[in-house]
Amino acid sequence: MSGYTDKIREISQRLLKDCSVEMIIGFRKGTQPMMNEPFVVRSAEDVDQLIWDSNCGINLTNYLTNRTEKIGIIAKGCDSRNIVTHILENKIKRDQLVIIGVPCRGMIDRRRIAMLAEGEVLAVTETDDAIVVKTGTGENEYKKSDVLQQNCKVCVHRNPVIHDELVAEPVEEQQDIDRYADVRDIEARKPEEKWAFFDELLAPCIRCYACKNACPLCYCPTCFVDEAKPQWLGKSQDPMDIRTFHFLRAYHCAGRCTDCGACERACPVGINMRLLTKKLEKDCLDQYGWEAGMSLDSRPALDIYRPDDPEAFIK
Amino acid sequence: MKVIKIDKKDWAKGIKALHKAYGLIGPVKEKEYFTFQVLSGGTIPDLEFRNTRLSPKAVVFPQSEDMFEYSLDDSREDHHLLKEVEKDYSPRVVFGIRPCDAKALELVKMNFDTDEYKDPYWLNLYEATTFVGMACDSPCSTCFCTTAGTGPYHEEGLDVLMADNGDSYLAKLLTDKGEKLATSAGWADSAGKSDVLAAKKTAAEAKIVSTVSTEALSGKDALELYNADFWEDVSFACINCGTCTYVCPTCWCFDIQDEVHGKSGKRMRTWDSCMFPIFTVHTTGHNPRATKLQRVRQRFMHKLKYFVDKYDKGIMCVGCGRCVRQCPVNIDIRRVCETMNSFGSDNTCAVQSS
Repeated sequence: MSGYTDKIREISQRLLKDCSVEMIIGFRKGTQPMMNEPFVVRSAEDVDQLIWDSNCGINLTNYLTNRTEKIGIIAKGCDSRNIVTHILENKIKRDQLVIIGVPCRGMIDRRRIAMLAEGEVLAVTETDDAIVVKTGTGENEYKKSDVLQQNCKVCVHRNPVIHDELVAEPVEEQQDIDRYADVRDIEARKPEEKWAFFDELLAPCIRCYACKNACPLCYCPTCFVDEAKPQWLGKSQDPMDIRTFHFLRAYHCAGRCTDCGACERACPVGINMRLLTKKLEKDCLDQYGWEAGMSLDSRPALDIYRPDDPEAFIK
Repeated sequence: MKVIKIDKKDWAKGIKALHKAYGLIGPVKEKEYFTFQVLSGGTIPDLEFRNTRLSPKAVVFPQSEDMFEYSLDDSREDHHLLKEVEKDYSPRVVFGIRPCDAKALELVKMNFDTDEYKDPYWLNLYEATTFVGMACDSPCSTCFCTTAGTGPYHEEGLDVLMADNGDSYLAKLLTDKGEKLATSAGWADSAGKSDVLAAKKTAAEAKIVSTVSTEALSGKDALELYNADFWEDVSFACINCGTCTYVCPTCWCFDIQDEVHGKSGKRMRTWDSCMFPIFTVHTTGHNPRATKLQRVRQRFMHKLKYFVDKYDKGIMCVGCGRCVRQCPVNIDIRRVCETMNSFGSDNTCAVQSS
């Protein structure tokens, strides 16, 4: 992805200078390895802070909700699909946006690298295909494809589906990817095994809500977890309440999730709650041939009725 | 103050002996990180950790804690009466607490133990616990304890400070509680007159590479800081999750909730976070901190300004670096502290440090 940063700055500067937009939403370099910070630039002089590398996993669509300005936004494939979803759900208007598309080669999994590394990760640099990790004891090089975030490994929409500018030629989409092996693995289990699996999956949850707050789909003015009249779920560490939170949150994402991976990336205790949303994503694809956010011209699967919709679930 | 030497070969034996007299808590490695857990019979605390993902504050301040229980069954004589939940305040020891986290306990104590109010739940657990610290010889690059009022060998808040010394641990017995623990464990070998600990302390402190400047904070005008322009930049990325507050050893806020199942109910308290929108919602529906900027500002102003002004004991942060490492969007308290400390034209220190 070398050269992306320069191009992003060049486009951003032009858009700000000619007053096409009031602000650019992108990333600036983080204070830590493998972390960048979502960042807003309002003046052409500041565009040099914008960067792009394999640590831009946070979904920037999250920062568009209900904004009223004219905005330039950097968008990789998944972000662009969430922007489409945002437009369809009236959270932002298409004509407010100048979408600066980034053909994406995947984001790196910072937890996996931290686990592979011996000792603390002190610095991470990258070339197109390699990630070099520096620790207190030395340097290790990894093939980028081996240390991608799980959702990026199975991504088939790396190129932005909607854009006004493009920072580079489209990348080749990944072919022959088995996107749902992990979901099928769970589907094949007995109910009690599934229960035990989800119990273990969710056991470390501290209910910080980083997963839902990092998610661009979670924009309700008051989330159900915060409703007090009635109060839908308790606030303690009772496993029942933790399960209820995660399962309900996932269902709220049905037919809308793009598997951008922001939830899993944000979780401070390493829970892969994507398994829940992926199941619903798979069901939407299997049953309705629907993938979220691919076009402004079609309504989401759970938003419309078609006579040939599957109805086998009606017993 | 007595320093004893515990041969690592005798470590497990001592722990076993302690199981008889104390409930044991210590770091345990789970899949990818360490957490403080109750050590069931025979489990040895794993001291090979850099730091735990969550702070040990839950040892004295559980994330959810039952306070009262009651019955709504009118046929019972005691219906609708709050009754205290029975608690276990028998002696416990927590191993492997880092000196920064121990100092954090002392800061939190200023909130839970005042002349006017004493929080029985926190204090009872605190009193029942013997805190055995593990000095920090290989700090993280994000640790800034030495400029946050503590350090890798800091003793405040601890009953025993242990340090790794090759084949043995050195343990400095700091309080009567600490002495009693050593006796119960059968650890009695004097380390003799040695300056090993002092040398190790100096070496460890030299490894702390990250710092914050805080000296100008108390002199700032609170309202000017509050109204500063930089909060929008600081808060833009924030997603208003509770990660920073929940991993923080010094965040002490809690909520009180009643939960009723059928006819039986309980009143409990749970951690709360000033990052959550409902933290400040009034019953009228009005929310004085309705925006993300207000909430982010509150968190940093509380830690780095209000606390400083109210107690004159430094910042409400011990430099453990957990929020820096865990924030999903990389909001870094060191950067915010720098911005606050160097804010305004009256600050000569910022000029010196730039």
